[in-house]
Amino acid sequence: MYDVIVIGAGVSGAAAARELSKYDLHTLVLEAAEDVCTGTSKANSGIVHAGYDAAPGSLMAKLNVEGNAMMDELCEDLEIPFQRNGSLVVCIDEEGRGKLAELLSRGEKNGVKGLRIVEREELAAMEPNISEEAVAALYAPSAGIICPFLLNIAMAENACENGTEFHLDSPVTNIEKTGNGYAVMVTKADGTEEIFETKVVVNAAGVYADTFHNMFAKKKITIVPRRGDYILMDKEAGGLVKHTVFPLPGPMGKGILVAPTVHGNLFAGPTSVDIGSKEDHATTKDGLDTVMRECGKYVKNVPLKMAITSFSGNRAHWEGHEFLIGELAEAPGFIDCAAIESPGLTSSPAIGKMVCGIVLDILHPGKKKNWKKKRKGILDPRTLSFEERNRLIKEHPEYGRVVCRCEGVTEGEILDAIRRPLGATTMDGLKRRVRAGAGRCQAGFCTPGQMEILARELGISREEVTKRGKGTWLVKGNLKDEI
Amino acid sequence: MEKKELTCIGCPLGCQITVTLENDSIVSVAGNTCPRGETYARKEVTAPERVVTSTVTVLDSSLDTCLPVKTDGTIPKGKIFSCMQALKGITVKAPVRTGDVIIENVCGTGVDIIATKTVEQNL
Amino acid sequence: MRSENTIVIIGGGPAGLAAAISAKKNGAENILILERDRELGGILNQCIHNGFGLHTFKEELTGPEYAGRFIEEVKALGIPYKLNTMVLDISPDKTVTAMNSEDGLFEIKAGAVILCMGCRERPRGALSIPGTRPSGIYSAGTAQRLMNREGFMPGKIVVILGSGDIGLIMARRLTLEGAEVKAVAELMPYSGGLKRNIVQCLDDYGIPLLLSHTVTDIRGKDRVESVVISEVGPDGSPVPGTGKEYECDTLLLSVGLLPENELSKAAGVKLGSTGGPVVNESLETGIPGVFACGNVLHVHDLVDYVSEEAANAGRHAAKYVEGLSRGEAAKTAGQRTVDVVPENGVRYTVPVTVRPDRMDEELTIRFRVANVYKNIFVSVYLGEERVQHRKRPVVAPGEMEQVTIKRQDLLDRPDVKKITIRLEEE
Repeated sequence: MYDVIVIGAGVSGAAAARELSKYDLHTLVLEAAEDVCTGTSKANSGIVHAGYDAAPGSLMAKLNVEGNAMMDELCEDLEIPFQRNGSLVVCIDEEGRGKLAELLSRGEKNGVKGLRIVEREELAAMEPNISEEAVAALYAPSAGIICPFLLNIAMAENACENGTEFHLDSPVTNIEKTGNGYAVMVTKADGTEEIFETKVVVNAAGVYADTFHNMFAKKKITIVPRRGDYILMDKEAGGLVKHTVFPLPGPMGKGILVAPTVHGNLFAGPTSVDIGSKEDHATTKDGLDTVMRECGKYVKNVPLKMAITSFSGNRAHWEGHEFLIGELAEAPGFIDCAAIESPGLTSSPAIGKMVCGIVLDILHPGKKKNWKKKRKGILDPRTLSFEERNRLIKEHPEYGRVVCRCEGVTEGEILDAIRRPLGATTMDGLKRRVRAGAGRCQAGFCTPGQMEILARELGISREEVTKRGKGTWLVKGNLKDEI
Repeated sequence: MEKKELTCIGCPLGCQITVTLENDSIVSVAGNTCPRGETYARKEVTAPERVVTSTVTVLDSSLDTCLPVKTDGTIPKGKIFSCMQALKGITVKAPVRTGDVIIENVCGTGVDIIATKTVEQNL
Repeated sequence: MRSENTIVIIGGGPAGLAAAISAKKNGAENILILERDRELGGILNQCIHNGFGLHTFKEELTGPEYAGRFIEEVKALGIPYKLNTMVLDISPDKTVTAMNSEDGLFEIKAGAVILCMGCRERPRGALSIPGTRPSGIYSAGTAQRLMNREGFMPGKIVVILGSGDIGLIMARRLTLEGAEVKAVAELMPYSGGLKRNIVQCLDDYGIPLLLSHTVTDIRGKDRVESVVISEVGPDGSPVPGTGKEYECDTLLLSVGLLPENELSKAAGVKLGSTGGPVVNESLETGIPGVFACGNVLHVHDLVDYVSEEAANAGRHAAKYVEGLSRGEAAKTAGQRTVDVVPENGVRYTVPVTVRPDRMDEELTIRFRVANVYKNIFVSVYLGEERVQHRKRPVVAPGEMEQVTIKRQDLLDRPDVKKITIRLEEE
């Protein structure tokens, strides 16, 4: 019998699990996919929002500002990169000023610090590539950029190190109320079913959170996947802007932004389109065209020719546009952590804390002794001095072998990513952890090398190595098998 | 009179060659820039031939699992797939030197399959 | 590490090997090849098809055979090389920082550097093809490596986008190994590959070449399940309503090669319209003593030309370090420099500048054209004077062109500041 089962190892589920791991609780995280961070959490802007967008008084506003404030310490503890690069909401006509003022006042009400309007001249000095049409901008120095993968993965890893169990490839297919809690059913890909008993359920299932919510709640909800297409550009373009540059927000969201990533690339996106299928992760021509067209309105010289990849993510949108976090009155012990759309990533540390608080009120567990606050990051040899790096290679020659040329990722880093708790088991898993294959050739050169290491480390054949789990095979059979 | 248009594959130039035939015998060859082109064209309209390249499995090497091989000359086009069939399941052991014969007289063509890479033995 | 007159060659592929051999033969004593892969030969090791070396060896070789001859010569000449060694940085003062697991991180203060890093393939993202992101989308070269070096089938039912030579070669290779290649789609109205490859890789096996077509959608959640191929209008964009779905499990992309110049840029080398360094007649970049050759300079159609160009680079590098040892550096000021200007259908030239004082008796200028032209004249102007006017039945972007200019012609015309190469209708 578990104390808590968290459904979903996205950034909310991982944050909740990490918070819960501070207590003497027997916690299990069930993740449908082959890895943590595979849904909404993996395909978003990677922005730590300042907190001026959400309506004052809303949970979104509160958790955004709280989450933002927690980020420095958290990232230090998790040893992941985070940079407060500041954001600019740019208006390109005088009419836009009203909207800027509104955002400013909303932000101030939400408790965002340091907000101010910058005029054209200062704006152009801050961002030389800002559009000639830009008249003014709302500057939010507390906004930042983060690697969404690493935040999610590191929180999950830290929870795992602190005793939280994780079952991957474990989609929850049913939940039933029992005498003292819930029976959660998992149906594996091969059809086998497994039932886990728990006192408390945390529903952090992303775009599928409505399914579980609706099993128990009187007031049904629908989570609409709201797709956003993105274009990612080469690191050579990374310096085009320093801040995250937003247009004025519209009814469908914050608009198409242009920003550096924390790893030094440049990206543009997202679009915002409600779609029918939660499993639809395709970019569209319209979407990519829109990104290309819109990104140039606020920033000039966006080098779209340097695009190295495009992708789309589905926001878990609910028509009420508010986080749904709380225990269902009609189902004690069932805690929703649903409708977590932007600013979900920013809010995640605060979401985790809030969810944990609800669990504490139900189960009253004691604090865990020896809780490990810090997670050891994956060593990035590029951060070392010449001498340090040489010592490292002497001791561990695998740090002298570059596997991914574009990102300069060594075998040492790849092994670290595989061998740690909740380590990488797929090519995408490696990409998200150490950026192998994430560079300008997009794994053109390093696919065979990565396959070889994964096979060796996981004790499988290279043929069994996948891009991201079941069905995503890379090679099929040997030469001449078919002749 | 029948005219056949060919693109020469003898070299990267890719000359457009016209072969004129009468009752299956070649009357003239035009458009080639070198004698190789004429040889190619004459063969191509009567009995086309190709070089086949592929790989076989090589053991005992730390660098290679595949040994590249080729037919040591052209073979009839119609025998390409039987040649591939003949290569199926062939395994050799390192060391192998470029030019080593892997299969003699493949598919009765009179042409050998030879190694196109030197693969040292893993010591 | 090592003395200051070392020629460091970045890359042990066909360019690096030929450059090293030539440098050695031209008197350079200290040469070091740094190769990132586990063996010398570069991408030739996976190009197991034949068709290499007709110019160089007067016989048709496969890639490994062609590479093998150069590798043997490098070994016979005793030229040192380091494998599994990644060059991380080249500084403007020619300090090369590299790394491998035996030596660790190390620096070499080079006398001369020859850039021979080759090129890489354009990935899907560069084309912004919409659709899902399943497994089974490979650049043609990656698939080639998986097959020819690792021994695996990258898929069973294949569509290829792009009719560059690697795409064509892979169409045949996959077919021979038992896969079904449904079509090769090409955005342009002409193929980017050699004509002979269309004949012997596609026509021989009845694989359709769809000119003026492109992939407009990729479908499949886990693995590629199908792609949509649409017609492309004269403006290069897909014509709505022309899409046809092709079921397949693999999409190969052969959509262009990009000279790999991240290191060159770090060194401060100026790049030009080829995507590679701007070089003079000695294949020397804007930084004295830094030379470039092969696909890092401009993407070649034939490896024979890479070897030829690299041999020149090696020779000039040898001359450069010899000059260094005699204290002759930087004697270039005030020298007459003639610009080579591509015009009217000529996309680029290599080299971009020529110093008549430094050039050989004859200099080959290589270039590519921007489109397919029939019955066109290739003309060379020295200043305003047309000195060459040669009729070509057909020229195409997929094939490199060349003209030869004579040193004496430039010396005879001391006022000429510009060599123009252009296509002319008559």
